[in-house]
Formats: sequence, C-alpha cells, structure tokens
Amino acid sequence: MRKRDEKPRPAPHIAAKIITMGAFSLLLIPLLAVVMYSFFAPVSEAGGLVWRPSLMWYERLLQDQLLGQTLILSLQVAAVTSVLASLLGVTGAMALERTKFPGRRLLASLTVVPLVMPELVMGLASVIWFAFLGIKLGVHTIMMAHVTFALSYVVITVRARLADFDTSLEEAAADLGATPGQVFRTVTLPLIAPAIVAGAMMAFTLSFDDFLISFFTAGAGSDTLPMRLYSMIRFGLNREIYALSSLLIVVTAIGMAVSYKLRVGPNI
Amino acid sequence: MKHKGGGLALPLALWLGAFLVLPVAFVAIYSLLKRGAYGEVIWTLSLHNYARAMDALYLGIFSKSLMLAALTTCVCMIIGFPLAYTIATASKTWRSLLLAGLMVPFLTNFVVRVYAIRVILGVEGPINHALMASGLLTEPLMMTDSLFAVAVGMVTNYLPFMTLPIYVVLEAFDFSLLEAAADLGARGWTILFKVILPLSRQGLVSGATLVFIPVLGEYMIPDLLGGARTMLLGNLITEQFLKARDWPFGAAVAMILILAMLGSFAVQRALAGKGATLAQA
Repeated sequence: MRKRDEKPRPAPHIAAKIITMGAFSLLLIPLLAVVMYSFFAPVSEAGGLVWRPSLMWYERLLQDQLLGQTLILSLQVAAVTSVLASLLGVTGAMALERTKFPGRRLLASLTVVPLVMPELVMGLASVIWFAFLGIKLGVHTIMMAHVTFALSYVVITVRARLADFDTSLEEAAADLGATPGQVFRTVTLPLIAPAIVAGAMMAFTLSFDDFLISFFTAGAGSDTLPMRLYSMIRFGLNREIYALSSLLIVVTAIGMAVSYKLRVGPNI
Repeated sequence: MKHKGGGLALPLALWLGAFLVLPVAFVAIYSLLKRGAYGEVIWTLSLHNYARAMDALYLGIFSKSLMLAALTTCVCMIIGFPLAYTIATASKTWRSLLLAGLMVPFLTNFVVRVYAIRVILGVEGPINHALMASGLLTEPLMMTDSLFAVAVGMVTNYLPFMTLPIYVVLEAFDFSLLEAAADLGARGWTILFKVILPLSRQGLVSGATLVFIPVLGEYMIPDLLGGARTMLLGNLITEQFLKARDWPFGAAVAMILILAMLGSFAVQRALAGKGATLAQA
C-alpha cells in the first residue's frame, strides 16, 4: 500500500450507497441465515412441529464418522498441496525473477494459465490425462491436480516480492564472498519468507475449498470435505448441512480476522 | 543480477508440462476421437463430435450459457461499480470493514455459499416465511430450481470478482480530477461517463473477464440452483464425463468453451490496451 496524505474523498451519490447496502445484504444475509438456522430444530408440540433453539445438528455432526474422515482427507490433501506447490513455486519464482533461460517468457505465461482457466477444464483435462497414462484415480491424483493450480498463486506472490526488493543486498552479500547458496539462505530467503507463507496459505485454502477439480480427479472412496458437503446437499435433506456450513463460515471469518491482525503489525 | 542457466526453472517447467500442457493438449486430441459402445475411447480421428455439437439442442445450451454469462457480467458491473466506488471513497476504518465484508463471503467455501442461496430462496426460507407471515402469499413461492435462482447465485458468487479489480483502480484514483471537471462545468452524469468510467476501464475490463469466463464454465451453481431442467455448458460437459461417459464429446464441448475463453481474452486485451493509452494521455 502506498502511504500518502489522503485528501478527503468525495462522498458517493446516495444511489451508490443504496446499491452498496443491497449488495452487502445479498452477500451476507444468506450466510447469516444458514448460521441462524443451524441453531434451530423442530420439536413436535400440540400445534404440530415448532422450531426451537437447539444444538441437535451440531451433535449429529460430531457423531458423523464419515464426515470426520473426509475432513482429515481434505486437510491432508491441502497440506501436501501447500508444501509441494511452495517448493515448485519458490524455485520457479527464483528462476523467473533472477535467471535468464530460453523459454522464460513462455514459462511465465504458463504459470498464469491455471488462474484464468475454468476449473472445469482443469478437472477434465487432468482426468483425461490420468486415464490415458493408466493412473488409477485416488487421493494422489487429487493432490497432483491441486498442486498444478495452487502453485500459480505461490509463483505470483513470491515473484512480486522478489521484484520488489533491492537486488543490491544480494549483490553485496555475493561481493563479500557468500556462495549463491549462502546468499539465498541468509539474504533472499528471510526477505521473501512472508510471501512464501502467504502463498503457501493461499495454496492450502484453495486446495481445502476446491470442489470441482476434486470431483473430477477423486477415485471411489477419496471424497474430500467439499465433495461430501455437495453430496449431502444433492442427495438428502440432511439438516446437519446447516451446522457444517456454519462451522465453515465461522472458521473463514476467524481466519480473516487473524490474518488481518497479523498483517496490521509489520505491513501498515 | 541475472544468472544464466535455467536449472532452477526445471522442476516448475516439468510439472506444468506434465500436468497442464499435456493434459490440455489431450483434451484437444480426445475431442477428435469416438466413443465406443461401453464408454471406451476409439482411436479414429474425425470431426464427428464437433458436428454433433452443432445440433440445435446443443446450440440452444451454448446460447443460453452465453446470454446468462453476459447478463451476470452486466449485473455484476452495475452493482460492483457503485459498490467499489463507495468502498474506495469511505474513511480508512470503514474501508477495511467493508473490504472484510466482501472478503468473508469471497473466501467462504464455494459449496456453502451456493447452498446458502438455496436456503434463502427455498420453500422454507426466510423470504417465503416473511411473505407468508405478512399474508401476501398463501402458498410458498417456488424460487429454486429455476434459471432465476441460477442468475441470483451467479451474481452473488461472482460479485467480488468484479468489485475487487474496480476497487484496486479506484483506490489509486486521483479524485481531484472530479473537482477539476466540476470547475469546468461538468455535471454528475457527464463526470461519471467522461471522467470516472473511462479512467476505471482497466478495472472494469479485468472484472468482466474474471466474471464472464468462470460463469460460462460454471457447474455447481446451475446444478444446485437450477434443478434438472436447467442445462448449461458446464453441466453438459460434466455430464458427458461423469454420467454419459462420452469423453470425446465432452472434450469437444470443452474445446468450444476454451475457444470462447480465448475469444474473451482477445477482447479483454483489445479493450484494456485502449484504456492504458487513455490513462497515459
């Protein structure tokens, strides 16, 4: 963020304010409604079914063992994706930003492709490719497909950081006799560490949230949490969905708040 | 400090070659093959799948998908621009609050967001509850399983993709230009159309691309909100892979989606290019 003395900005037209309020209602009310509904359960009373405050859906959720398994699987996939995408992304970003080689521009544009390509195309392209190679679908195929789209985010954040800081620091270290390995470990790595962490977190979140690519590349019995949620919605009237959705909404909001707090310190 | 040698680039290059370039190339190859009687692939090259895609049934699906993507893009722009403007002109505290309000739904799991729309519009949802309680309705409105629900879902889910790029441009906007325009006698609408909108072209164009392309290939929103009757491009392709097991035809339709995507990129580049020269002038 640029630091400037900010002049007061013109107040938006009343119509813009009304549209803004409408937009936030559209974005937030559905999520709030789901959270609210998750705390009510039907009780039969004299007049028929009445909705009363209850933690019933959360209790059901805790008893759902299959759900626990899919959660663990999703966390594993996200962790492996995040580590692999970071390794490939950081070396790739270093190469793109600090070295010259034939095909550098081609590689740079290829890393952006997964950001703009519809997930659907990524999913079906992977599944065709795995079928052609005779690779059986399973957890490993989900991971391979996830790494492919997640590494783009690592490359972009790390490259931006590398382009941002002064290469004279690296040059000074090299002039003072540091080997390229030492320069990387003692100068470059500490400077790009925040970008690597941000990229790795992004990769983790994207992998954990992904539905469509997993849907294509998962084999039988390797359902991730979003896939389980989808089939709960698609094939049942199971009201645990409210509780599970609420938990995911709350976790997202807390994650946002934490990363905001963390960023407030060094960055602003 | 540029070193020679791309050894460092090798892992990334190999990975993208093996898991991005070759897979997409194989979509193109599969689109030319044929489906066998048991869903297997027969290796004879022909344009048979593309000819089949030109059937009126599929052309109808393509045009419906294109129109919905265009409509979603327009509605997102009409809502997203004033939204981004309000956020960009708010005080610092309000700005971060409003951005957080935009980011929480943006980062919430996609399946959950789509499901929440289904809850809101559903027969047991709060809208129907309110309408019935107020006596305006005696029977609940069936709003889900319709193209309307799909459109609401698309706009809600893709609104942040439109708003954020516009916000990035407006955040750095030189608002003294507005005073200058006003001093020179320009009124509200003239300022909007001659000053603000042309100078936020970059944001509008990237927002439009970020909405149009994914909406065109969207699977989950039509699937969960559109019911069985709403068939769009994304569902057509997915069904060929997971249900009909006609991979070559699915690949051909996916190639048409990829071509549409490349087309919109070309349009984006042309439009953003003009915007860039305008901003420099």
